[in-house]
Amino acid sequence: MASGEDHVYEALRTIVGDPFVSRDREELYMYSRDPGASIPRSADWVVLPSTTDEVQKIVILARDMKVPVVPISGGLTLSGLAVPVKGGIVMDMRRMDRIIEVNERSRYVVVESGVSQGKLLSFLKENYPMLRHSMPDAPPSASVVGNTLIYGSGHLSKHGAHSEMINGLEVVLGDGEVLRLGSCALSPYWFGRGPLPDLVSLFVNWFGTTGIVTRLSLKLYPSHPLRDMLIFLVQDPKTIPQAVSMITSTDMMEDVLIVASRPPKAPSVISLLTVYLTAETHEELDFKKELFVDMFKDFGQEGSRMVFTPKEMLPQKLIHGFMEEPQYAAATADFKKGGGFEYVGVVLPLSKVPVAWKMGEEIARKHGFDPLYTVRNVGLGHGVVFAFAYPFNRADEESLQRSRDALADTNDMALELGGTPWKSELEGQAKIMARMDPVVLSVMDGIKRVMDPGGIMNPGNWKHG
Amino acid sequence: MALDDFKDVIHRCFRCGYCKFTSNYTDFNCPPYNKFRLETFSPGGRMWLIRAMMLKDIEPSQHLADILYSCTMCANCVEECRFKFHDDIVDIIMEGKASLVESGMVPPTARDFFKNIYLSGNPWKEPQQKRGDWARHYGIPVYKPGDEYLYYVGCIGSYDQRVQKMAGAFGQLLLRAGLSFGILGEDEYCDGNEVLMMGEQGLFEYLAQKNIELFKERRVNKIVTLSPHAYNVMRNKYPRLGGDFEVVHYTELLKELISSGRLKVPGGRKIKVTYHDPCFLGRWNSIYDEPREVLESVDGVELVEMRRNRENAFCCGGGGGNFYTDIIGGGESSPSRIRVREAADTGADIIAVACPTCMTMIEDGLKGEDLDEKIMCNDISEIVLDAITSAEEG
Ligand SMILES: Cc1cc2nc3c(=O)[nH]c(=O)nc-3n(C[C@H](O)[C@H](O)[C@@H](O)COP(=O)(O)OP(=O)(O)OC[C@H]3O[C@@H](n4cnc5c(N)ncnc54)[C@H](O)[C@@H]3O)c2cc1C
Ligand code: SF4
Ligand code: SF4
Repeated sequence: MASGEDHVYEALRTIVGDPFVSRDREELYMYSRDPGASIPRSADWVVLPSTTDEVQKIVILARDMKVPVVPISGGLTLSGLAVPVKGGIVMDMRRMDRIIEVNERSRYVVVESGVSQGKLLSFLKENYPMLRHSMPDAPPSASVVGNTLIYGSGHLSKHGAHSEMINGLEVVLGDGEVLRLGSCALSPYWFGRGPLPDLVSLFVNWFGTTGIVTRLSLKLYPSHPLRDMLIFLVQDPKTIPQAVSMITSTDMMEDVLIVASRPPKAPSVISLLTVYLTAETHEELDFKKELFVDMFKDFGQEGSRMVFTPKEMLPQKLIHGFMEEPQYAAATADFKKGGGFEYVGVVLPLSKVPVAWKMGEEIARKHGFDPLYTVRNVGLGHGVVFAFAYPFNRADEESLQRSRDALADTNDMALELGGTPWKSELEGQAKIMARMDPVVLSVMDGIKRVMDPGGIMNPGNWKHG
Repeated sequence: MALDDFKDVIHRCFRCGYCKFTSNYTDFNCPPYNKFRLETFSPGGRMWLIRAMMLKDIEPSQHLADILYSCTMCANCVEECRFKFHDDIVDIIMEGKASLVESGMVPPTARDFFKNIYLSGNPWKEPQQKRGDWARHYGIPVYKPGDEYLYYVGCIGSYDQRVQKMAGAFGQLLLRAGLSFGILGEDEYCDGNEVLMMGEQGLFEYLAQKNIELFKERRVNKIVTLSPHAYNVMRNKYPRLGGDFEVVHYTELLKELISSGRLKVPGGRKIKVTYHDPCFLGRWNSIYDEPREVLESVDGVELVEMRRNRENAFCCGGGGGNFYTDIIGGGESSPSRIRVREAADTGADIIAVACPTCMTMIEDGLKGEDLDEKIMCNDISEIVLDAITSAEEG
C-alpha cells in the first residue's frame, strides 16, 4: 500500500476513532460485493461516521486525497450501487441511526441516513401509532434514506413513490459544503419542499454522485386501526390496466400489488392481485371490501376475470405473508436454495403491463426461469413498478451468469417499451444514457461538476462516454 | 460435524439482515454487530466470511478470529433468520471457529482460555483442590452415590466470589427442601460448553468424556446445573458421547420444589424485579416461563419486563467465551452496559439473573454505568432465599 493510502487510513482513524475504520481484508471483501448478481469490485477503506461533522471531514479528506467515496446505508439495492466502481472509501452510514424528530401535526419525521426501515416502523408503532410511513417490502435492514433516494415504493403506494415524500435534506457535497434543502433551509421546520426552487431532486436517483445525505425529512401519513386485504386471481394479465385503473379511481385503497410466480409443484404461474385497505371502523372496512368485490363481479369474460378469492381459501401462511410489514420478499433468494436473486425493476405506464408481462415470460423462459413478477401501482394509476426477478445459486457461476443475461435482456425490453429501469446497475445505466438526449447528459455532467468538482462521489455511476 | 458438512447451506445466506434485529425490528440484537456496525460483525457477514474462508478467498487471520470470536453464540440469528437453514447458523459459526483453531489462528485470549482449562480444569488456572471450598461455608455436601441430584456448579460458580454466593443460595434452598444432593467439589471439572462454542472440539470431547466417566462412576442419574451453559451442553451434547443423564436447570427444579410444596416461600419485602433471560436457557432451550414463575411465586415481587425479553432478550455479552476474551466489552456500547440501562428503564430494584456468566457481566455493567448503588443484581435463588430468611427473621 502506498504511503498516500496509509495517510488516508490514519486520517480516517483520527476522524472516527479506531474500531470504525478498516482496511482489513475481511471488511474489504464484504464491502466489495452485495447480495445481487454483480461481479465484485474492490474497496480500499471502510469507514463508519457517526455525525454530519465526521461525514464532512471524511469528504474533505477524500477530496484532498482525490479518492472516491461511496455511501452505503442499507446496501440492499441488489444492483451493486453501493459497491465502489473505482475503489476508494466506502462510507457505511449505519452508525448514524438517530430518529431526530417526529412532528405529529405536520406529519413528518426527520431521520439520519442510517435509520433502518425496521427501526422507523417499530418506532412509529410504539410511539406514534396514529402515524405511519410507506414501508417497502425490502428487508427491514434497508435504510429509509437509501430507499427514499432511489425512488422506492411501498405500502402507501397510492401517495406515489417515496422520493415524492421527501420534505427536505441535509447533504454534504463533494467539496465538503453542508447544505440544508427544503423548508429547513430557512426555518426550524422540515415540513415541505416548496415553494422554493427545488434542489432536493439533485440528490434523488443520483446514487450518491452529487452528495451524501446525512438527514432527511419524510412525510408520514395517518395510520388507521384496521388493515386488511382482498385477493383476486388474475385470469388474463391483459385485464390488469383496466382493473388497476378501476381500483385506483376510487382512491379507497392504500396499495395495489400484483404478484406472479409458479409455486413448487404447480403446473403453471399463478397471478394474484392484492388490494390493501385500511379503515377507522369495521363498517368502513366492510363497505370498502364490498365495493371492490362488487366491482369485479361482472368484470371480463370467462378466462379473463378477476376472481375474488376469499382469504380462507388460501394457505394461512400465504395470507400472513401478504399482511406482514414488510412482506418477506427476501424468500425469493432461497427459491433455488442459492442465496440470491436480482431483478430489473421498471417504471412503466400502466398500459404497458400486458406486453411487458408477455415479453418478460419470453425472456424468463429463454434463460431457463419461470416468470417471477411483482407489479406495484404507484400513485393513482400514474405508473407501475414492474419487477422481473431472477433467482440464482450463489455457489454456481453458471446460474449467476444466467441471471445476469436475463437482467440484460430485461433492461433492453424495458427500454424498448418506453419504460425507465429503476436503480439500474452499471450496464443498465449505460443503456439508459445511450437513449438520452446528449444535451440532457451534458446538463447532468454540469450538475455533477458543480456538486462534486473533484469527481470523487461514487464515481463510475451515471458516467457516459 | 465439520465445516464441509455445511457446504450446501452456507452460500444460502442472502445477507438480508433479518438476523441482526429483534422480531419487531426495534433494535439490533446481535451484540457484536450492535457494537461495531460493520457488516462483517453481523451474522450474515460471518456466514459470508466463513464461506470465503472455505473457498480460500480469504485466509485465516487475527482479525477474522476477532470477528468470529466476538460472536457470543446468543442465537438471536437462529431465532430471527427467516430462511429454512436458520438452525445451522450457530453451528456454522462454531465450525468456522474450529477451522481457526485448526490453523492456529485464534485470539490470544482464547488460546489462554483453552490452555488454562486443559491444564487446570478452569479458565483462571485456579487450583483444582480449591474448587469446592466455597461450599463448606454453606454446609453443602459432596455428592455420594444414591443421592437424588448431582449439583453441577461450574467454573464461575466455583471460583468467582460473587457467583459463589449465588451457588450457595441455591444449595441452601436444596438443603431446606430436604433434597438428597451433593457437589463434586474438587473432582468437578469444566463442562466444556464454552470450549465447544469456541471451536476447540478436541478439548471439548476430552472434557465431556472425563465428566461423563466421572458421573457414571459416581452413579449419577440426575443433574441440576447452576449454569444454563452447562445445562445446554450436558443436555444436548453429552448424549452423543454416551452421557445420557436427566439434566435440569436450577430454575426448573426450584419451580418444581415450590409448586409441589417442598419449598415454602413466604411473602418477602416489596421489590420490583426485572428478569434477564440467559441465551442458553431461553433461545437455546426455550425455557422462559419457569424462572418467571419462580419469581412470581415470591409474594412481594413485582415482575416487570425489559423492552427486550424472552426470545428478544439482549445478550449480556458474555457467551462464546466473551466473559473471558472480552472482545466486545468496554465502553458504553458494551452489551452488559446497554442491558443494565434497559433494566434501569423499567424502574426495577433488582435485575434477576439465572446464569453465572450473566451475573458477572451484569455486575460489571452496573459498575460501568454507575448504577450499582441503585440497582442490585441478584440470582433467582438469592431472591427466593432472601424472602424465606427475612420472613423467618420476622
Ligand atoms: C427482497 C427485497 C425486496 C425489495 N422490495 C422493495 C420494495 O418493495 N420497494 C422498494 O422501494 N424497494 C425494494 N427493494 C429494493 C431495495 O432494497 C430498497 O429500495 C432499499 O434497500 C434501498 O435502500 P438501501 O438502504 O439498501 O440503499 P443502499 O443500497 O445503501 O443505497 C442505494 C444507493 O444510494 C446511495 N446512498 C446510500 N446512502 C446514501 C446517502 N446517505 N446519501 C446519498 N446517497 C446514498 C448508494 O451509494 C447507492 O447508490 C427490495 C429489495 C430486496 C432485496
Ligand atoms: S443469516 Fe439469515 S437473516 Fe441473516 S443475513 Fe443470512 S439469510 Fe438473512
Ligand atoms: S449468535 Fe448472537 S452474536 Fe453470534 S452472530 Fe448470532 S446474533 Fe450475533
